[in-house]
Amino acid sequence: MPAPFEYAPAPESRSVVDIASSYGLFIDGAFVDGTGTTIKSINPATEEVLAEISVASDADVDRAVKAARRAYTRVWSKTSGAERAKYLYRIARLVQERSRELAVLETLDNGKPIKESRDVDIPLVAAHFFYYAGWADKLEHAGFGPDPKPLGVAAQVIPWNFPLLMLAWKIAPALAAGNTVVLKPAETTPLTALLFADICQQADLPPGVVNIVTGAGETGKALVEHPGVDKVAFTGSTEVGKAIARSVAGTSKKLTLELGGKAANIVFDDAPVDQTVEGIVAGIFFNQGHVCCAGSRLLVQESIADELVTRLKRRLGTLRLGDPLDKNTDIGAINSLEQLERIRHLAGVGDDEGAERWTADCDLPAKGYWFAPTVFTGVSQAHRIAREEIFGPVLSVLTFRTPSEAVEKANNTPYGLSAGIWTEKGSRILKTAAAMRAGVVWANTFNRFDPTSPFGGYKESGYGREGGRHGLAAYLDVV
Amino acid sequence: MLLDPTSLGEVGRSDSSLRRFLHGLPGVDQVGADARAAALSTRSIKTTAKAFAIDLAISMIDLTTLEGSDTPGKVRSLCAKALAPDPHDPTVPRTAAVCVYNDLVGLAKADLGDSGVKVAAVATAFPSGRASLSVKLADSRDAVLQGADEIDMVIDRGAFLSGRYLEIFEEIAAVKGVCHEGGATAHLKVILETGELQTYDNVRRASWLAMLAGADFIKTSTGKISPAATLPVTLVMLEACRDWHDITGVRIGMKPAGGIRTTKDAMKYLVLVNETVGTEWLTPDLFRLGASSLLNDLLLQRQKMATGRYSGPDYVTVD
Repeated sequence: MPAPFEYAPAPESRSVVDIASSYGLFIDGAFVDGTGTTIKSINPATEEVLAEISVASDADVDRAVKAARRAYTRVWSKTSGAERAKYLYRIARLVQERSRELAVLETLDNGKPIKESRDVDIPLVAAHFFYYAGWADKLEHAGFGPDPKPLGVAAQVIPWNFPLLMLAWKIAPALAAGNTVVLKPAETTPLTALLFADICQQADLPPGVVNIVTGAGETGKALVEHPGVDKVAFTGSTEVGKAIARSVAGTSKKLTLELGGKAANIVFDDAPVDQTVEGIVAGIFFNQGHVCCAGSRLLVQESIADELVTRLKRRLGTLRLGDPLDKNTDIGAINSLEQLERIRHLAGVGDDEGAERWTADCDLPAKGYWFAPTVFTGVSQAHRIAREEIFGPVLSVLTFRTPSEAVEKANNTPYGLSAGIWTEKGSRILKTAAAMRAGVVWANTFNRFDPTSPFGGYKESGYGREGGRHGLAAYLDVV
Repeated sequence: MLLDPTSLGEVGRSDSSLRRFLHGLPGVDQVGADARAAALSTRSIKTTAKAFAIDLAISMIDLTTLEGSDTPGKVRSLCAKALAPDPHDPTVPRTAAVCVYNDLVGLAKADLGDSGVKVAAVATAFPSGRASLSVKLADSRDAVLQGADEIDMVIDRGAFLSGRYLEIFEEIAAVKGVCHEGGATAHLKVILETGELQTYDNVRRASWLAMLAGADFIKTSTGKISPAATLPVTLVMLEACRDWHDITGVRIGMKPAGGIRTTKDAMKYLVLVNETVGTEWLTPDLFRLGASSLLNDLLLQRQKMATGRYSGPDYVTVD
């Protein structure tokens, strides 16, 4: 047998980022000290402490909301769409200019592979700002009437899986529509949001238009429950989403929620098999499976199930797990110990339920939080691993016999964020897609994102849409 | 089963059985295949990996000249280059083969002798393949008799596009017969000319057709048609090699040819091989790069790795 082709380490340099030892809050255009406690943000691949982060107190949140209100009343609501667009374009270009810095920082703080932060997250961030910059002076043509109005101050709480991208999904449409924002990044991944604050300063964005308050659940609660906000936008777990919906109920606040998912990736027997295998990998192992729309339930036609799973396992054997900064790494670190324990727990439940666990043969680094790509076969609809969101690199494989059974099983979930369909037959794609109770349906691809395309869920996956023209509605005074 | 091994022997009986089999292969989604090839081409091959890959790539080159203006002098200088790619550095491996037109085989064979560098001859009315079977067989026989170690034949793309699969099957089988005439053991490379087949479904079908009919290698292109070799086409062909091995246990070789000019290009192809069919294919016995200008770029990169400096085109030989 010939000598193996071993890829030498190809680490991206960290020297491009400067991480301060501690960070305050970004309120009214300036970094200020918080009045609360602090938490540490760590690199999940090494457990190294990256920086100390302020936990915004109720008083800090109040200060931020008031700053946003002032900026809305005095400046932003009087700024024309064309002017707002200029700021958004400027931010987009700055994101592009500083893309390497942002990508390295995102990878350090989140644990995702540099190839993903470099090739997916950051380019999409810039694309979202460019896209919504284009809408800012065209709102009267967006189909919401002749003069749609902004809502005011938006409180936005985002998750840790795509820290800067989720920030862009929230801030870009809000600002384009004429709102000001107070955004709380996740407690484990606040650093790129704080770097984004620096970009806002660099872009000369008027003070108070964007405010960043860091912290954990309590800070988020204070923000969404603050009486001074007009709009709440949340992306995260269904559990927290329900709590937010309860707290917002009975107020005049508008609410959009983008929550969990347990997407079915349906493979028919006439699927393009090699590309399907790639799509399954992209569906559940992209970003370590920390994706709300992940294709975590593989529904494969029984007649090809064994062969497909064999091919899938062979492919998973080529995935490279390790140092997220290495340009050849495919699978990075799990974002936190808490999440790792949840994944371990649910995988253990899969074992107990009698599903067959298969794990890719790869060495896990000694330090940091890691979970090898895992496939459960012999899973049935009654299993918890077929119903609960694991939010990790764990795939549950189920089978079906007929197209109608596939549709029935795919929709048999409290969630409804996304779905995938794999077949060479166009008419089957159209028929199946129309039957899916899911906000996003991909055909012969998976986990593809674009700012022009609306994204959002059915049922317990939330309500409201982000992205595209539809994404504007969440930030305008329209039904 | 997507692919049924028990039926393979029966497939070549008729046009309709071939059609049933080839059209029953799983389809190739073009967007997905392009995306996979593009994703693999972002692999970062540096330092020791690059040094390893450069030497591996050199050892896999079919150093090629296929011009109307080829002369004995040109072929001699190509053979000298194949034997000692860098005259100042004996640690540089030899190329796998020299690839020439049929009438220059004897000359190349005389120069290369038993050095281990093979002589490959293009045959069967290369590059168009537009001649009668008897002419194609005579062309191939001529090359084998002159001592060619490898025959690079072209398929009749017209026959393929009009669905006459059996004709191609029989032609390949007949040329394979010629390769083994009189105790000869020439290897048969079958050129699909994927630039003329256009769709990846066609590429996959043509790959299987060639393997069913007895190809030892499948090869993308003549180099006379654009596009020649591309990464996604090579990916699709490598997947066919992998699936064939799954069923038969036999490893068929793969040769992208044409348009591969830089070290960076070559690295991308090696990564594709490594992550699609695996280490077993990372040998000149199973993977070749059909190229002419590629070798000098590999040599320049090799010099750069050894000295830390870029030299320049005057520090590699013009052939």
